[in-house]
Parts: sequence; structure tokens; C-alpha cells
Amino acid sequence: MTSSAITAGGIAIHGHDADHAHHDDGSRTLLGFWIYLMSDCLIFSGLFATFAVLAHAYAGGPTGKELFDLKYVLGETMLLLVSSFTFGMAMLNMHAGRRNRVLAWLVVTFLFGAAFVGMEIHEFAGLIHEGAGPDRSAFLSAYFTLVGTHGLHVTCGLTWIAVMLDMVRRHGLDGIVRRRLSCLSLFWHFLDVIWICVFTFVYLHGVL
Amino acid sequence: MSHAHEQAAHGGHHGTLKSYLVGFGLSLVLTLLSFGCVMTGLVPHHLIVPGLMVFCVAQVLVQLGFFLHMGIAPEQRENLMVAACALVFIAIVVVGSLWVLHNMNAYMMPGMSHG
Amino acid sequence: MFGKLSLSAIPFDQPIVMGTLAAVLVLGAALLGAVTYFGKWGYLWKEWFTTVDHKKIGIMYIIVALVMLLRGFADAIMMRGQQALAAAGAQGYLPPHHFDQIFSAHGTIMIFFMAMPFIVGLMNLVVPLQIGARDVAYPFLNSLSFWLTAAGVVLIMLSLFIGDFSATGWLAYPPLSELKFSPTVGVDYYIWALQLSGLGTTLSGINFVVTILRMRTPGMRLMQMPVFTWTALVTNVLIVAAFPALTVALALLGADRYLGMHFFTNDLGGNAMMYVNLIWVWGHPEVYILMVPCFGAFSEIISTFSGKPLFGYKSMVWATVAIGVMSFLVWLHHFFTMGSGANVNAFFGIATMVISIPTGVKVFNWLFTMYRGRIRFTVPVLWTIGFMVTFVIGGMTGVLLAVPGADFVLHNSLFLIAHFHNMIIGGVVFGCLAALNFWFPKATGFKLEERWGKWSFWCWLVGFYVAFMPLYVLGLMGATRRMQHYDNAAWQPYFVVAFVGAAIIMAGIFFTVLQIFVSVRNREANRDLTGDPWNGRTLEWATSSPPPFYNFAELPKIDQLDQFWADKERGTAYRQPAHYADIHMPRNTGVGVFMGAFGTVLGFALVWHIWWLAIAGLVGMVASFVARAYDRDVDYYVPAAEVERIERARLVPLKNLIDRVDVASSEQRVA
Repeated sequence: MTSSAITAGGIAIHGHDADHAHHDDGSRTLLGFWIYLMSDCLIFSGLFATFAVLAHAYAGGPTGKELFDLKYVLGETMLLLVSSFTFGMAMLNMHAGRRNRVLAWLVVTFLFGAAFVGMEIHEFAGLIHEGAGPDRSAFLSAYFTLVGTHGLHVTCGLTWIAVMLDMVRRHGLDGIVRRRLSCLSLFWHFLDVIWICVFTFVYLHGVL
Repeated sequence: MSHAHEQAAHGGHHGTLKSYLVGFGLSLVLTLLSFGCVMTGLVPHHLIVPGLMVFCVAQVLVQLGFFLHMGIAPEQRENLMVAACALVFIAIVVVGSLWVLHNMNAYMMPGMSHG
Repeated sequence: MFGKLSLSAIPFDQPIVMGTLAAVLVLGAALLGAVTYFGKWGYLWKEWFTTVDHKKIGIMYIIVALVMLLRGFADAIMMRGQQALAAAGAQGYLPPHHFDQIFSAHGTIMIFFMAMPFIVGLMNLVVPLQIGARDVAYPFLNSLSFWLTAAGVVLIMLSLFIGDFSATGWLAYPPLSELKFSPTVGVDYYIWALQLSGLGTTLSGINFVVTILRMRTPGMRLMQMPVFTWTALVTNVLIVAAFPALTVALALLGADRYLGMHFFTNDLGGNAMMYVNLIWVWGHPEVYILMVPCFGAFSEIISTFSGKPLFGYKSMVWATVAIGVMSFLVWLHHFFTMGSGANVNAFFGIATMVISIPTGVKVFNWLFTMYRGRIRFTVPVLWTIGFMVTFVIGGMTGVLLAVPGADFVLHNSLFLIAHFHNMIIGGVVFGCLAALNFWFPKATGFKLEERWGKWSFWCWLVGFYVAFMPLYVLGLMGATRRMQHYDNAAWQPYFVVAFVGAAIIMAGIFFTVLQIFVSVRNREANRDLTGDPWNGRTLEWATSSPPPFYNFAELPKIDQLDQFWADKERGTAYRQPAHYADIHMPRNTGVGVFMGAFGTVLGFALVWHIWWLAIAGLVGMVASFVARAYDRDVDYYVPAAEVERIERARLVPLKNLIDRVDVASSEQRVA
């Protein structure tokens, strides 16, 4: 009920019930966002399919077994997993209406997310330095694109968290901010789900 | 009114500290099991891939349930339907593409058979 | 500083392009001058460019589609002219590289920038009205979708004059479309125009799925939705599910071209077949994305003008859903010859044949709707009947092509070209023009003139057969598609006949334009004062023509299919409510326009490798979006008094007319 505060008075008397179906109570936005996520999921499924098709197209270049450092990947995984949990804490505090704790947990989530992106950039830089860049073989093209697309999504998520930090600070936890945080929460956890598939199919399966 | 709507929107399904902790714990265990499968060398080779699949699916379900709060409550039926629909399309795209491409590689490039 | 861009990018040496450029500049200057002279910029900006009203956005989509129809058709008739001339050693008037660009542009424009905007425009115009909603679920996103599509249009039109366009066919198969074999910017124009408009289409798809699932008027269950809305729902689900595959395919091709990757290259492990696979995972559903809403439009038209409820509503809905799901299981029939084994080809061949069953159900439903109806042979009905005949012929040649063995002979031949034009002209174009004639009075408040409409229909119908039947024959004689010239002189007569057919179609297009022009000029004579010019059945006819910006003063109550028809029968239609309520509406916003403009800049900069400009475009897009998120004044309430004033202005003078409608419908009942 976003605008009821703005246009209080008159509407309360007659307007609301009649057109209540045409107000967004937040659940409509969440449904739309959920559909967007499913569409995004299909983008990833296209990338996973491409990776699977090209997984052994090494073209004489290095293989996953030679390149992947599982301990490093485990570290990345932990960062993302913890950030998922801390985002959950932010959401719990949002529902409890504790603004400052929401801000604090969002900052923590941002830091973990940023650390994840940092590790990934470092990993990519290392590979390119070794001569195992995305232009070396079809396998590496598929690897960089799939993992990089996930990283790009995390980066977008970080931007979004930064904007939300400012919005929570400015507007508090009103209806619009809550709705957006709920969408962001779906997005952030969704990225974790994608990452589970990435570490399983790309890294763990790749070194076998 | 506004409050009633938010209740309806989230259906009270926004988790508790306990559910987040349980979800986090399960995810942690499943992640370690996945990596353990491959890194420790304790698992017989032919069981690694099935093991990875099981842990992967389990963890995806854990996260969908505990973090994304998917469930079978009536107010979430739409989301569930959308997800089921997406799953069908994903299955068609991934399985179909792999089948088509694998079959083609087998016929057209027998010398370069990929794994 | 300007990447690959320099003055030499403008093809000064090509008289055809330069002539077009001159014409575009003169006409464009005249248009802009006229708008300035009449002082209409403010009006255009406030009432149209920044609008979030689904009806106006729908109209803008359809205008774009009609303009692009002219561009796409110009390409078509140039090809037909070239092939009518370039036989047995003659080279015609188009050099090969130019000819290749023309057939690529023709396909790309007709599918992405003619058919898609037309369909999305129709859904915008009709769906919210049919479900008794005041707008779509996300009005701002709707505006953004339109402007992203417009950005794609601008890019593709720019490619005509600055640089060149893709010369690799409408789907840009690698390895031909890779940097090594297509080093110019043509393919890059193609990639970014499609990515921008594809993003817009995906957002539209999400928007309409939520609109249809969540915004139906109280009481309307799914199985009480008009058939057009059902087809729109299926189409939008397909959009959301299929467009990601296009995004992936084009992104990976882009990665090859821009970042030196090896997804689809010949060397270093690339696999061009994966591109073909991915693009058709999108491409086949896309055909149904275009076709299914046309099925819906035909259903509405045939039941309205037969004066009967649609025969087999439920079977129609299920057939639509079945077509939607199955459209995802047939994509390989576009590349039977690529080398998969017998099992794979058999599976996809059979799936393709099976899809003709629900389509057949639909055709029979239409026929049974007409059976014993009092059919009024208006222009929309003519298009519908023309469609049924043409589409069935195309369907039969399609089932023929679905046999993998036959496809090995006919693949890439003109038989295939004849087949899919048979479906897309006979189905989608006829459907769009039928829908245009049917819903035009709803959008504008006056009917389209009948006489020129009939001229247009007959020219299109005859022209289509004259243009494409020879192509079937040529295909069986072994002529392949996309030939700039050919040696076999025996083919030439058929190509000449096909050219004559294209000229007849050109007359059809001319008459459509004339029809619109004459109708606008004589609009007072063709006014639709009731809002229900055809004695319609569904909710969009219950409100005025054009509808007020809030569509319905009071949300209609629904307890059956064809509610409006039942209301008219009972004499309860056009009821004036005892009191009006405030109406909650979204505010107009220019953010969509800005994001579209920044998107155009981004695309153009990426095409020409002007990296600083690309970054500026991207930052501009993101910043506009974030700025929009900070805007809290996005909606307002229309006071009840204002609503009452608007409604009275319509309903009170119409009381006589309404009484007459009641008499007419009761007479019809007696008869």
C-alpha cells in the first residue's frame, strides 16, 4: 500500500476496497521477480548446456584437472554461503523492523560478496596469466563465460545492495524498501543456488 | 490494511533464526561432503559422480526451502507452478541439447568422440 | 577516439543506399519540421513518449510495426526483382554483398521488428481491456520494453546508412558470422539490435504473465478469460522461456567476435552446431509466439461476426496450451540435415507432425463456429477465411517437410521458403491485419473504411498465391534459397511470376495505407459512439472507444465467459453505477525513453568499438534505472468526481443508442 500514506484522507472513505485488486501489495512484484529469476535460470541452463557440450574441447590446451584448485574454490563457496546466511539475518531483522541491524547485516553481506568477486577476479587473472585465458580453447571459453556470468550477477547484486543500503538509510523500512529487499533476497539466494551447480558440475566434476 | 497485506504477501513464510541456522548448517555439511567426495580420495571412483549429483540436488532443495522459502502453502502455489514450469523447460533445453549434440558428434566426428 | 568508425563507413558509392538515405533525410526533415511547425513536441512528449498507458504503448508498437513492414517489404521486392533478372549469366542490379545484406535484413526486420512489435502491440492494446484491468502489472516496465524495442529498430535502420548490415542470413549461423568470415560491423549491428529488443520483449513477457495471472477483474477465473487473452498468456510464457536461449546464443557469438573466444569457431574446439541448436531452441517457439496470438484474434473475430459463442472454448484453450508446450519439442526439425542419427531425427519429426493435431482442432473449431452462424462478411472475416485456407495449405507442406527423408531433399530450397511464408503471411500477417481492422475502432474511436480494406485483402491474398506458389515449384526443381544469380534459364519464368505476385502484394500494402489514410480523413463519418461497433462479446467492447485512460470506471463483475454479451442480452450492460470511487493510476515517466536512448548509444558504441561511449551508455542506462527507483511520486488518484464527469459525458448522451442496442440484441434473439 505504497501511496496510502501520501494521499491519506479521501481514499480511506471509499476508494480502497473497490480497486484493491489493482494495488500492488508486494506479492505481485515478487511474482514478477520470481518469473524473471526463472528466465535468468534458463539463461544459465543454456550456458551449462554449452559448457557440457564443450567440456572436453581442450584443443590441446590445459584441462580442468590441471587448472582447478579445489581448496580455492571451497574458499569461494564458503564466502558465498556465509553471505547467503547473513542476508537471511538482514531479512529477519527487516521483518522485525530493526533498521540499523538490517544496515549492519547488509554491509556484512556486501563484504562477503565483494570478497567472493575479488577471489574470482584473482582466479581469472591467474589463469589468463598462465596462458589459460578464454581464447585458448572452447573449453576455457565456456568455463570463463559460465563462471563469469555468475560473477557478473554477483556484481550486479553488490550494486543493488549498495543502492538498498542508501535507501534503507534514507527511507527506513517502508513498504517499497521491504518489497525491494525481498526481491534482492530472492536474487541473492538464487545466485547461491546457481553456484552450487557451478562448483558441482564445473569444478568438482571437472577435475575427475 | 497495509499490515494485513504484507502478511498475505509473505504468508508468514519468511523464516526464523532457527530455520536459517538449520539451512546454513545443512548447506555447510552438504558442501563439505561434495568437496570431500572429490578431494579426500576416500570415495570409490564409480560412486563419486552419483554422490555429487545427490549432494547437489539435496543442497539446491535445502536452499530453496530454507533460504528462498519455497513451500507448498496455497499462497505459494503460483511461485511453485512457475518454478515447475521452468524446470520442465530447463530439462528440455539441457537434456535435448546434450542428446542432439552428442548424437551428432558420434555420427559426424567419430574420430573426435568427446568423452 | 571513434573506434572503427570513420567517414568511409558511409557507403557513398552505392546509389541505391544513397538514394534511400536522401529520401529518409527529406521525409524525416519534413516530419520533424511539421511537428515543430504545429508545435506538437510537447504533446508528443507528454501524451505519447512518456506514457505508461498500455493502449498508447500498444498503438506506438503497431505504428513501428507498420513502418517496419514497409522497410521489410522494400527488401523483399528488391530480392524478387533481382531474382527475376539475374538468370543464365545475367547479374541483375544487386551486387552479391548487397543482396546478402538485403535478405538478412528482410528476415531480421520482418520477424523481430515487424511481427514482434505488432503482436506485442496487440496484446498491449487488448489484454488489459479483456480482463477488465486498468493497466498492466508494471506500467513503467511496459514503457521501457517499448523503448528498448525502439532502440533495436534505430540500430537496424542506422546499419543501412552507416557501415553495413549482417550478410549472414536472418539467424547469422557461424562460422560464417564469425569475425574471420564476417569482419565488418554487420553482424555486430545484428547482435546488439536483437539483444536490446530481446531484453525489451522478455520484460514484456514477464509483465503480461503477471498481468494475466494477477490483474483479472474480480470473479474472472482462468477458464472465463477470452480466448485472445489465453493465447496471450501462452505466448508470454513462451517468450519468458524461449528468449533466454536467444540471449545466450547471441551473447556467445558476441564473445567469439569481441573477446576472441572459441564457442563456434572452426578451430580450437569450437562447435558451430551448438549455435544452431541454441538459436532454434529459441527460434521454433518464436514461430508460435507470433502465431498463437493470431489464433486468438481469429477466434474472437469469427465468433463475434458469426454471432455465436466460440465453438469448443475449452478444446481451444487446451489446444493452445498443447501447442505451447510442444513448440519446445520440435526445434531440431530446422536442422535435420546437420547429421544427427535416425533416432533423433525420428523423434523430432514425429513431434513435429503431432503438433499439427491441436492446430487441426483449432481449424475445426473455427469452422464449427461459423456453421449455422449469421456471418457478416466484414474485412476482419475476409482475412480470417483467407487465413484458414492459406494456413491449411501451409500446414500440409509443413507436415511434408517434417518427414526427415523428405527434408533432406527440400532443406534450404525455395520449397521451404514457400512453406514458411505460407505460414507467416497466411497466419501472422493476415492475423495482424485482421486484428488491426477488428480492434482499430477500439483504439481510435472510429472504424476503418471497408472498401479499401477489401481491396487490400484481395491484393494480399491473390498476390500471396502468385508470389509463393511458383516458389514451391522452384524448390522441387532444385532451386535453393538466397541465390544472387542462377544459371538455369528454365527457372526464370517462375521467378518472374513470383515478382508479379510481390508487386500485387505491394498493391495490397498500398491499399492498407490508403485505407488508414482515408479512414482518418473521414473519421467523423465512421465514429464508433457506442464503444461496441461489432456487437462484441468480450469486455473490451463494454467500455467506450477509445477507452478512458482508466479503462473502466468500475471494475466489471464476471461470472461467465462472454460476460458482456450476456449483459447485453439481459439488458444490464452500460449500467451507470450509483456512485464512483477514486481510481489509482500510474504517472507518466520519461525514464523509459532515456533508457532506450542510452541503450541505442550503448549498442552503437559497441558495434563500432567506441569503448568510452559504450561505458557512458551503460552507465546512463543503469543510472536512469536507479534514479527511477528513487522516484517515489509514481502514482496518483483520479478523484471520483473527475471519473463521474468523464463517464457522464459518455453515458448520458448515449442513453438512446444503448436502448437501441438493447432492442437490436433482443430482436436478434427472437430471430
